Amino acid sequence: MTLSAKNHLLFSLILIFSSPLLSAKPDGEQLYTTHCSACHGADGHGGVGVPLALPDFQYGVTNDYLKKSIRLGRPGRIMPAFTQLKDDEVNAIVKYIRSWAPGKPFKYSNKKINGNVAHGKQLYQKNCASCHGSKGEGGKGTGVTFSRPRDLPIIAPALNNPGFLSSAPDLMIKTVLMNGREGTPMLSYLKLGLSEKDIDDVVSYVRSFENNIVATKSNEKLEPIISYESPNSLEKTVESIERAAIGKNFRIIRKQYLNQGLVKAGQENKKQVMIYFCNFNLLNRALAIDPRIGLFLPCRITALEKDGKVLVMASNPLYMSRLFNNEKLTKLCQEMYDVYSDIVEESTF
Amino acid sequence: MNIMKILMTLFLFSFIASVQAEGLMMARTKQNFPEAMLKLQETIRSFNYEVSRVQRIDIGLTKSGYATDKYRIVFFGTEKEIALISEKYPHLIPFVPWKIAIFAEQEDTLLISADPMQFADKKHPAADKILLKWKKDIGKFMNILRKSE
Repeated sequence: MTLSAKNHLLFSLILIFSSPLLSAKPDGEQLYTTHCSACHGADGHGGVGVPLALPDFQYGVTNDYLKKSIRLGRPGRIMPAFTQLKDDEVNAIVKYIRSWAPGKPFKYSNKKINGNVAHGKQLYQKNCASCHGSKGEGGKGTGVTFSRPRDLPIIAPALNNPGFLSSAPDLMIKTVLMNGREGTPMLSYLKLGLSEKDIDDVVSYVRSFENNIVATKSNEKLEPIISYESPNSLEKTVESIERAAIGKNFRIIRKQYLNQGLVKAGQENKKQVMIYFCNFNLLNRALAIDPRIGLFLPCRITALEKDGKVLVMASNPLYMSRLFNNEKLTKLCQEMYDVYSDIVEESTF
Repeated sequence: MNIMKILMTLFLFSFIASVQAEGLMMARTKQNFPEAMLKLQETIRSFNYEVSRVQRIDIGLTKSGYATDKYRIVFFGTEKEIALISEKYPHLIPFVPWKIAIFAEQEDTLLISADPMQFADKKHPAADKILLKWKKDIGKFMNILRKSE
């Protein structure tokens, strides 16, 4: 190939490979559908997440608040931080969200409000804590999701969340307190009888949550699986797993070969056994925290014979919990990790 | 610069960019639960996977006296891939057959799966190839369900 032909080929290939990077403007609707609609609803009417299409929400928050919320998420809550999105993609999502309520949202300066924190705390405990939590930790659960009876159309935001505090300027918080949010249980504090000065004090108390932000624990070094070798035969090990699970108040719901359902009946590999078990009380608690917990379900330990050894394996619930960005679920996963570890240890003793 | 080197660099760049792990893969479909459930299984099969089992989480909860809505777990895979994983990549055994949780959310239905690339490991490129295929296929299932009305 001549040098000129090579250069021509190279130039063409660079164009082909880099074309996605040079492509037209990102499609906000498409990006919203892929990244946001599962929680916030296809038309922004909420579900797991905040109903973004609510007019009072639309006019009460700035574009900067939306962009920062997408970027930072709500650490420890359900909303993840979308760090992988490019700036123009975030802008496109915000533009699309804004298309539901055309008009100009409020604009806020970053002026700090210097209210009386101690007085704000008293007012907060009296008027806000019942929904937002005594320490600003927010409401429990996940909005209207999983259409079991829920008290609220929206879960009260966690005001002590670093993602919220970094996204919301003081004046935005003040405006919400003064006007309330129609379509949600958030009422106007002016109508409730508080003065503007009182509201400033509450804003300063909410801002003071920034001083108590605790870094969330990192699970960086966790292994994805829990695995032990059993000194017993496969049959005995399976029996021991069942016994240990029952001893931990779990019910055995099914025993199945790993490739069962994928091969013809009778041709399964009988040296790979999955034992499924469940504690319905624990399951109910988990679903109330986050219905997406299904990814852990049902509880399972696998016993298998490989290269003359009997191995007992389970997925590590703590490793999996990293996917959920939900502190409450992480606590439950710690409980599950302890149960799995105990069962695996007992059955390989 | 050697053309092949440039090509390889570009290929690697586009490959890595396309396989960034997302954590959770989620989709909402306007279909109600029974329709979405059927569509999901039909879609999985149309991509040459077998649905190995459907776990009815809601039934167990209801029988135990808890209020719940429709909630299922759909397990799927192929004989060949599961055989390869159990033979050569046993660290992935606790996660297979892969699953998609599907549950009612008022009139809509939500689907959720873990991104298989969470478990990618540079030491096992052949396993990563399977995980990447699953990730792409799950993405396609979800797109099909998102567009179904």
